[in-house]
Amino acid sequence: MATPTLEKADMAPEPEAGFADSPYITATFRIRRFNPEVSDEAQWQDFQIEIDPKERVLDALHKIKWETDGTLTFRRSCAHGICGSDAMRINGKNRLACKTLIKDLNPEKPITIEAIKGLTVLKDLVVDMDPFFQAYRDVMPFLITKGNEPTRERLQSPEDRERFDDTTKCILCAACTSSCPVFWNDGQYFGPAAIVNAHRFIFDSRDEGGEQRLEILNDRDGVWRCRTTFNCTDACPRGIEVTKAIQEVKRALITRRF
Amino acid sequence: MSTETSAIGDVEGSALYDVDNPAPVIEPPRKRTGKTPKGSRTNFEMYAWLFMRLSGIVLVVLVLGHLLIQLVLDGGVSKIGFAFVAGRWASPFWQMWDLAMLWLAMLHGANGLRTVINDYAERDNTRFWLKMLLYTATVFTVLLGTLVIFTFDPNIR
Ligand code: HEM
Ligand code: SF4
Ligand code: FES
Repeated sequence: MATPTLEKADMAPEPEAGFADSPYITATFRIRRFNPEVSDEAQWQDFQIEIDPKERVLDALHKIKWETDGTLTFRRSCAHGICGSDAMRINGKNRLACKTLIKDLNPEKPITIEAIKGLTVLKDLVVDMDPFFQAYRDVMPFLITKGNEPTRERLQSPEDRERFDDTTKCILCAACTSSCPVFWNDGQYFGPAAIVNAHRFIFDSRDEGGEQRLEILNDRDGVWRCRTTFNCTDACPRGIEVTKAIQEVKRALITRRF
Repeated sequence: MSTETSAIGDVEGSALYDVDNPAPVIEPPRKRTGKTPKGSRTNFEMYAWLFMRLSGIVLVVLVLGHLLIQLVLDGGVSKIGFAFVAGRWASPFWQMWDLAMLWLAMLHGANGLRTVINDYAERDNTRFWLKMLLYTATVFTVLLGTLVIFTFDPNIR
């Protein structure tokens, strides 16, 4: 037969066939719930839903929120891995719900979903991101130049652009910083994301504030607190080599002195 | 489809917390705020970091050599006694070896523990006193060890 459609028409009518071919599976989502307006304690709640495993964890959260429990609270905006709002701890690992396929998580077992660690949980999966963005602000993540503004574009060679290409990809999702054990224990540590965003300007040939930023990260709570656990690199949904970027800042600080 | 309702939706009796009276949230330790002090502008942490790597490299030779001599060669640990120590410390080479190992291991270990205390002791006072205890113990051990290496008397009775 020429086409699958014709082939199907040829087959004997099987009432169960459509059901057996269904891509849907029953998966359990074990979600860490917290609502300060009801209780001071967080607890796990299981949701069993039927879902196509080729869908993403975010789709499952939507299905639960829209069809089962409207009080389930989480952040998402773009739903396509760009805005950085839905970083969460899924099966114990920080990931973006919108970039994690259910089939990649072993849906035979309950899939655990909880808020990222090291930041205040406000409700369910929503955390207070202020300390995270404070660290980001403290490394001055903007172009700093001296002298008069040029009358045309600030040109840069492809090689110079390549130098910091990796760290331009950051979407500030906080998956890295909230996977770092040093940050869990001491929120004063700048954390990987702030260092990544400092790196993006320190190694930009057009920028002249590198020295200032290096001095900030030379601080007690700067790069020297990094213990090279690689949790950040594992967590980054953009595939940024976060630990490598931190080491490059360390190296820049050392070579600056010697 | 789940038949469950929200696990924390209904609470028996009069609720302890409500919209106007929410439960306290759990803040992370030592949260960064706009008031977080700016850097100290010293290179101390950089030198401490470098010292850990450099002393580590030297310690590999010193400690492994030490373990080999003390525990493996020449009949192992059973040979160690006053005479064995006296024999080795008669040579300035082994004196220097043990002195370097004492200083490097103590400073390396102390700096490592300083890192651990900075990580885990949340309250300023606890952190301060734990570090004072650590520094006192370190200075005492390093000085006592140095004194023994240089004033060791093989003829003591
Ligand atoms: C034998 C060769 C050794 C090497 C190569 C070595 C290397 C290192 C390095 C590179 C670090 C820093 C880890 C980091 O900041 O991420 C470290 C930490 C540490 N070292 Fe050593 N070391 C050695 C021996 C010792 C000895 C003999 C002691 C004990 C006296 C010791 C105690 C510590 C402690 C307490 C830490 C801190 C642990 C931490 O940061 O979590 N080390 N070592
Ligand atoms: S470096 Fe990666 S994990 Fe960290 S905030 Fe940026 S995108 Fe997220
Ligand atoms: S919703 Fe925007 S990154 Fe996932």
